[in-house]
Amino acid sequence: METVINKTNLKKTNKNKTMKEKAHQILGVVPEDAKLSKSYMAVAFIALLIGGFLGLFQGLERAGLLQLPSWFTYYQVLTAHGILLVLVLTAFFTIGYFYAGMSHTLGGLLPQVRKMAWIGFWMKIVGFVVAVIPVLMNEATVLYTFYPPMAASPFFYIGLALIVLGVWMCAFGAFINVAKWRKSNPGKHIPIFAFFATGVFVLLFFGSIGVTVEVVTLIFWSAGLLETINVMVSRTLFWAFGHTLVNIWYLTAVSAWYVIVPKIIGGRRFSDTLTRVVVILLVVTNIPGGFHHQIVDPGMSQVLKFLHVFMSLSIAFPSLMTAFALFYVFERTGRAKGGKGLLGWLKKLPWGDVRFLAPFIAMVAFIPAGAGGIAQTTNQLNQVVHNTLWVVGHFHLTVGTSVILTFFGITYWLIPYLSKRVLTPAMNKVGVIQTIIWTVGMLFMSGSMHYVGLLGSPRRTSYTTYGDHVVALGWDPYMFLLAIGGTLLIIGVLIQVYAVFHMMFLAPKGETEFPIAEPEEAEEKTPMWTDRWGLWIVIMLLVVSMGYVIPLVDLIVNAPPGSPPFRTW
Amino acid sequence: MKMHRYEEIWLALSFGILIIFMLVVGYQTFAMGMGPPSHKETIDPQKVDETAPFDNPGVFQTGDNEYEVVMTLQTFGFTPSNIEVPVGAEVTFTMTSKDVVHGFQVAGTNLNAMVMPGHIQKITQTFKEPGEYLVLCNEYCGIGHQMMSTTIFVK
Repeated sequence: METVINKTNLKKTNKNKTMKEKAHQILGVVPEDAKLSKSYMAVAFIALLIGGFLGLFQGLERAGLLQLPSWFTYYQVLTAHGILLVLVLTAFFTIGYFYAGMSHTLGGLLPQVRKMAWIGFWMKIVGFVVAVIPVLMNEATVLYTFYPPMAASPFFYIGLALIVLGVWMCAFGAFINVAKWRKSNPGKHIPIFAFFATGVFVLLFFGSIGVTVEVVTLIFWSAGLLETINVMVSRTLFWAFGHTLVNIWYLTAVSAWYVIVPKIIGGRRFSDTLTRVVVILLVVTNIPGGFHHQIVDPGMSQVLKFLHVFMSLSIAFPSLMTAFALFYVFERTGRAKGGKGLLGWLKKLPWGDVRFLAPFIAMVAFIPAGAGGIAQTTNQLNQVVHNTLWVVGHFHLTVGTSVILTFFGITYWLIPYLSKRVLTPAMNKVGVIQTIIWTVGMLFMSGSMHYVGLLGSPRRTSYTTYGDHVVALGWDPYMFLLAIGGTLLIIGVLIQVYAVFHMMFLAPKGETEFPIAEPEEAEEKTPMWTDRWGLWIVIMLLVVSMGYVIPLVDLIVNAPPGSPPFRTW
Repeated sequence: MKMHRYEEIWLALSFGILIIFMLVVGYQTFAMGMGPPSHKETIDPQKVDETAPFDNPGVFQTGDNEYEVVMTLQTFGFTPSNIEVPVGAEVTFTMTSKDVVHGFQVAGTNLNAMVMPGHIQKITQTFKEPGEYLVLCNEYCGIGHQMMSTTIFVK
């Protein structure tokens, strides 16, 4: 629907619009917007397929069961795996999903916004190709963290910069669409789904400014135009983004937990005000959270690190609010359906529906995942597990399970909605089986990684026994469990990718709704201050400054002579 | 904003737990001296070999039952490569990197620190049990990263 409403005939078109909106709910999606989102989804799941196989090879090599060839080494595979899953899969899914939802709840994308999203799409694709060619040529085996002074080919950084610019394009597109909607709907709240989208794109833009500065500097440095680089400043700028990105995926998953899942189980949303406050808190507190990656770094005082423990822990607060809200909705819905007793309501939930089962398991996984996260933000516990396989286990539980399983659950209604097809009972069953395989695979893999990490097994290393050191040999059985988990996960990837493309092109034609739950009845009116994004952004920037002005100034003013580029692979 | 009473209780408890967490971390860091390695001295990363004390890496006795291990990290090894210290001695590792970012981790202990080019890192440990401790680099540093290890003999 291409409704750009003139103020003069607002009333008339509003009437038209509601009719059109009604028609939309029956007829489904705007075809041009659907094409955009489907393209994003297709790229996301192709990235999952390739990245998944690379992950399998890594797991098998790490367990000593497979020797990767000299023309495609473990560290090359690791670099490509990280970029495909961390940058491509998640970014393309997030943008495809939120753009579909904005189109649905804001009455279609504005034509110029759609164009921006397409430009962003191609910038990211070109950026990815430019970054991945040097990786394949073994000219950029620096992992996706690309810590200087390890220096990749300048093309690697140019590719990364293009990806970020593509994401910015989509972020600005989202801002324009939301701003336009607010102008045409004075006094109304931004629809809750678009509110989540706003939060996510605000974080995507502001969170990636630091890393963009880093990457642009690295382009000049690796090309020889700058002699040396400040290693610690680069690292700090990287992590200001690195962890924010993780929380962006998490916020995306949370949007489905708050808005979509209640509708799927036949319930209503939790308090609208509280939901918006959770989004605002996650946006405001997020960016300094990345600092806990640097707890055992030199060059920063313990007082500063203690301040950052507090800043990192504050992210836990909105998550704890979320934990309450979600189970409240489940209990209330279960009881409304006749569930009795302390836990009888649990039986009333639609366990056989993949659209519920997958995100539910995702939420449950976030309980230990979040607890592990809290552990890692604190000084002493972080020191125990820093750079061990525990960390890898942690992010395969948070991102690989809580976030990705939610994304998988979303595909079972979003892809049919976008392709004007339906979810068949058979495909639902495939989805349930996929969810179970994924969960068991992750239990094996993430579980063994957590445990062996506590024993001291490092991350980011290929198969090694450190000269048959007895301690390192003791880690081997867990590596075997890790490989079993990885094998199950690749089966899960194959089923999921099949499901996505089947639902996109082959499933029976029909109409599927975009499930957005209504808020609870008899609710107090949501206060307008929740919509004051300008204010939240200012507060966010203040919190970011609290966290980063002191260390960055200190690291720049008291900088050692910089480092020249090294190629160590 | 009206909150459910149970949610208020839940959040109060959660917040309380986080505050207790903070207090424990603060007490450990500032009262018990268990803070993370955070040394702030810098060095020219291209002149490590000519700069004291790294011009002479090794194990030195610095006091009664106190030792200092002056160590450089470079692709793909630790210098000195074999370290021997007595049981129960307080050992301070003074480290820097001659090239890229490395990790210094001793399996089975809480010794874990990042070693950056341009920065001097210090971390202290008392080994209470005799044995052969595995030291490894836990930050990817290149093609030989998986071979970067050494041993601390505690006798």
